[in-house]
Amino acid sequence: MEYDVIIIGAGSIGVPTALATAKSGLKTLVLDSLPSVAQGDNKHAIGGIRATHSLKSKIWLCQRSIEIFASWKKLYEDDIWWEQGGYCFLAFTNEHEQMLKSTVRQQKEYGLNIDYVDSDKIKELVPGINDDNLLGGTYSPEDGNSSPLLALHAFYRKSREFGAEYNFSEEVIDITTKNKKIAGVKTNKAEYKAQTIINATGAHARCIGNMINIDFPVVPESHEAGITEPVKKFFCTMVIDIKPAIDKKFGNSKNYYFYQNKEGKIIFCLTPEPNIPGIDRRETSSFLPQITKRMVNLLPRLRNIKIRRTWRGLYPMTPDGNPIIGRIDEIEGYINAVGACGQGFMLGPGLGELLSRVITEKLNSKDHEMLRELAYGRDYYKIEDLK
Amino acid sequence: MENITKHPILEIPDKKNIEFKFHGKPLYGFEGMVISSALFLNKIKIFGHHVKDDSPQGLFCANGQCSQCNVIANGVPVKACMTPLTEGMMIERCNGLPELPSEDVRVEVRDINIINTDVLVIGGGPAGLSATKVLGESNIDVILVDDKSKLGGKLVLQTHKFFGSQKDVYAGTRGIEIGKILGDVVSNLKSVKIWVNSIAIAIFSDGLVGIIKDMDKYVLINPKYLLIAAGAREKMLVFPGNTLPGVYGAGAFQTLVNRDLIKAAENVFIIGGGNVGLIAGYHAIQAGINVVGLVEALSQCGGYKVHEDKLRRLGVPIYTNHTVISANGQDKLESITIGKLTDSWDIEPGSEKTFACDTLLIAVGLDPVDEFYHKAQQFNINVWIAGDAQEIAEASAAMFTGKIEALKILKEIGVPNSENLEELEDLANLMKAKPPDPVQTEVIGKEEGIFPLFHCNQEIPCNPCTSVCPQEQIKTVDDLITQLPYFIDDQDCIGCGKCVAVCPGLAITLIDYRKDKESPVVTFPLELTSEKFEVGRTVMVVSNDRNLGEFEVTRARFLKEFPKTQLVSVKLPSEIAKTAVGIKLMQSGYTEAMNLYQQPYTDDDIIVCRCERVSVGEIRKWIRNGVHDFNELKALTKTGMGACGGKTCTSLINRIFREEGITQENIIPGTKRPLFVEVPMGVFAGIKTKKGGK
Repeated sequence: MEYDVIIIGAGSIGVPTALATAKSGLKTLVLDSLPSVAQGDNKHAIGGIRATHSLKSKIWLCQRSIEIFASWKKLYEDDIWWEQGGYCFLAFTNEHEQMLKSTVRQQKEYGLNIDYVDSDKIKELVPGINDDNLLGGTYSPEDGNSSPLLALHAFYRKSREFGAEYNFSEEVIDITTKNKKIAGVKTNKAEYKAQTIINATGAHARCIGNMINIDFPVVPESHEAGITEPVKKFFCTMVIDIKPAIDKKFGNSKNYYFYQNKEGKIIFCLTPEPNIPGIDRRETSSFLPQITKRMVNLLPRLRNIKIRRTWRGLYPMTPDGNPIIGRIDEIEGYINAVGACGQGFMLGPGLGELLSRVITEKLNSKDHEMLRELAYGRDYYKIEDLK
Repeated sequence: MENITKHPILEIPDKKNIEFKFHGKPLYGFEGMVISSALFLNKIKIFGHHVKDDSPQGLFCANGQCSQCNVIANGVPVKACMTPLTEGMMIERCNGLPELPSEDVRVEVRDINIINTDVLVIGGGPAGLSATKVLGESNIDVILVDDKSKLGGKLVLQTHKFFGSQKDVYAGTRGIEIGKILGDVVSNLKSVKIWVNSIAIAIFSDGLVGIIKDMDKYVLINPKYLLIAAGAREKMLVFPGNTLPGVYGAGAFQTLVNRDLIKAAENVFIIGGGNVGLIAGYHAIQAGINVVGLVEALSQCGGYKVHEDKLRRLGVPIYTNHTVISANGQDKLESITIGKLTDSWDIEPGSEKTFACDTLLIAVGLDPVDEFYHKAQQFNINVWIAGDAQEIAEASAAMFTGKIEALKILKEIGVPNSENLEELEDLANLMKAKPPDPVQTEVIGKEEGIFPLFHCNQEIPCNPCTSVCPQEQIKTVDDLITQLPYFIDDQDCIGCGKCVAVCPGLAITLIDYRKDKESPVVTFPLELTSEKFEVGRTVMVVSNDRNLGEFEVTRARFLKEFPKTQLVSVKLPSEIAKTAVGIKLMQSGYTEAMNLYQQPYTDDDIIVCRCERVSVGEIRKWIRNGVHDFNELKALTKTGMGACGGKTCTSLINRIFREEGITQENIIPGTKRPLFVEVPMGVFAGIKTKKGGK
């Protein structure tokens, strides 16, 4: 069987990419080793969607994603629980205040709707917040959140309407090339021909790279997350506390973040310090004591909300915290959509359209700029400030 | 509804009245009671309305697992079945989403303790207690956790005497007493720490187990060995109206009635003729609640024949080959409609009947609570499993498997013991065996002297009668515990009545021809009232299937060893003396069918996931669209993502899969995640949370 493009991975990036390629008329096949759509780490994503990054290309990609998320319900009458509540990065130290203020200047230049606001505004956005040492924070009102589960299923259904095909429980075991050009893929069940393949395998990107003898610098790390019972909505924004915390008993942590989703549940996630590299998704005993202390301290009223469930997911990290996107010089027809660093869900829709333009060769000047910034061959020195 | 002030078996303790307010109205409950029981006491069965469809919500699991009993207590959303009532508490229904109280006072957070132990036993029921006894007697450090305030698990709800072997598993003793005996034994073991009111909420990959101690302190335990004895949960059924307040499990009912001493219903109907349903029916009658009927889908009840007989002889109609069609009512249960099943499991047209009732008990089997075991195995933790969590069976079997698994742990630790494991396993298997069909027994021809009659015609593991006879005149065939008992008749029966009093099935009568051969005196066991009968009063004497007539009581007594079983003697004509098996006290009239309630319904009207209100129709639609992965079903419908985490709906959905022709091996199971029950965030942060109390 021959396809215009084969996408490996039916997750946060693979599915919206399939939607974009199928929509632009490309005969698209998506392969995934798992039994159904979005069963990798998409379902571990907490659902935050922001254009608030420090890198221009990511801002632009996510701005387009937000347009897609925000217009989806109206366009297709399919509710993916999009809520435009904004993002707040909080500053409790002068150092963080300076850092945030300087990224805000940069972000504004790239066209992002964001401001550095004072602690009164933060208190208004996050009722009940403990304002001890709170200096202020960023507020980007156009950011938001959506249900990864619902959104991916919506993209999946729509992409199939446009003709994308999906094969589940089918593992890619090899990529066939001919004269340094992609020829197709081999799975545990069949062989498919295609001149273009897209690697959208999240935490497993490196394995696919190894099939073409390239070692992409994508290292998965695990983060734990949790969700509460639903209560009446009392705040809309994503709250990100970037102040690191010392915890001698259960382990230090960098930032943590949480928001209240459309159904009223609070979803939260923590970045451990040091990072926990590897693909272990089994829940640990340290996560809840670590994060709840911080959350209850920041927002005391949360002590009465009941935690319902926790889980652990993987962030495919790159050396600079930015994804690796686009064609590579080594093999013609191979396209990277890897290393999203836990931001695959927010990058996916915008990125999918960009990749579709890569294949159909309809790139504009902004696209070229983004692809340059996110190319595999870059130096990886420009570290993302808001990882 | 009211509280139970008299009970043939249970002691009624004096409890302090406490005042609380429900939507501003002052009401009374009792000290130590959970909110749900206090509301039931005041006839309040609707605890709130669901955010998705405004459907009325009420008590369901009575076990802290779901959140259908959510109420607002002093401003905080809490589970009514787990939260103690306190003086002056302000309670409101939880309508839609609750508001999180804006208590913004800063609180001090604390680190969680990590405690090491040799063995952690999860579950203080018959299996967990038996295991802890074995381990503690070998001086092994054990922490035993149980989520209830009293040890004993479901034993503490069982007012009937237990089956099994007297020597090994306290047969002939009431469940409530066995729970106490075992609880006392383990409480006195020096190396055993007992944590009641403590729920295990997660097993982590680093080998630690999260426990909410005393309901509000989070503790991590680091055990070398883990024993899961968490028991079982009740299965549900799908039918229209299955989520109406008033429809719940037999276990929840026993909790309300036998633990909290609430007369939780006026008229109950029961689905399921296994031991759980039959026993719940008898418990209802003991509490003065009418049992309108019982349906069993198969051609005969699956529970012990003696339990069934106990109900039948009290006039409870048992509808075999019948099932529930719908539970009817606007805001709460008002009636149920049943129908006869054809050979192809359809409802026979014209067989439908509707009965008025305010409570419907679901007793259609149990599922093991084994998720901790599977998690622990996945994480390579040294784990064992016993009791119903291992395999659903009687409590007598659980006591054996608890002991067996504990002995295995001892072996692993390297502590010598002389028990013969194989022998124990054989006995455990005997206790687990499904009851066989009843056999035909010969009517004894003898009509002189005095002797016991055994109305026991099913070979179940049970032998208390063989050991109480002071003349040693009762044996089972070949001395096998599963064989039927008989009277040896080598020596005279002295008419002491002990065999009558000890029989768990209330299936032994004593017949005395000595004074008058034409009108022998028959002695029956009675556990329906705590009042001693007066000589001369008339009682209705019954056989297993009919009323035999009213006769005068000639003697009534309680034996010292069996203080709750009244032995009532009645003089009967000899032609009925041998078929007479008991005395009936209940009024009749409530078992009649009412006008048929008929309302068309579709799959979309039947709820399968109660937490998220997902209908059978919705599930079926996705399955027909090719969804075979539980995780995908979760994502699409939210089924299994509610408070209970799929504990109730998973087996129901598996059944829908099978109905749709999908075989079990083609269904991808859903991922199981912690937490086992929802816990306030503050508990993990080491602070005292407001439990709606202070």
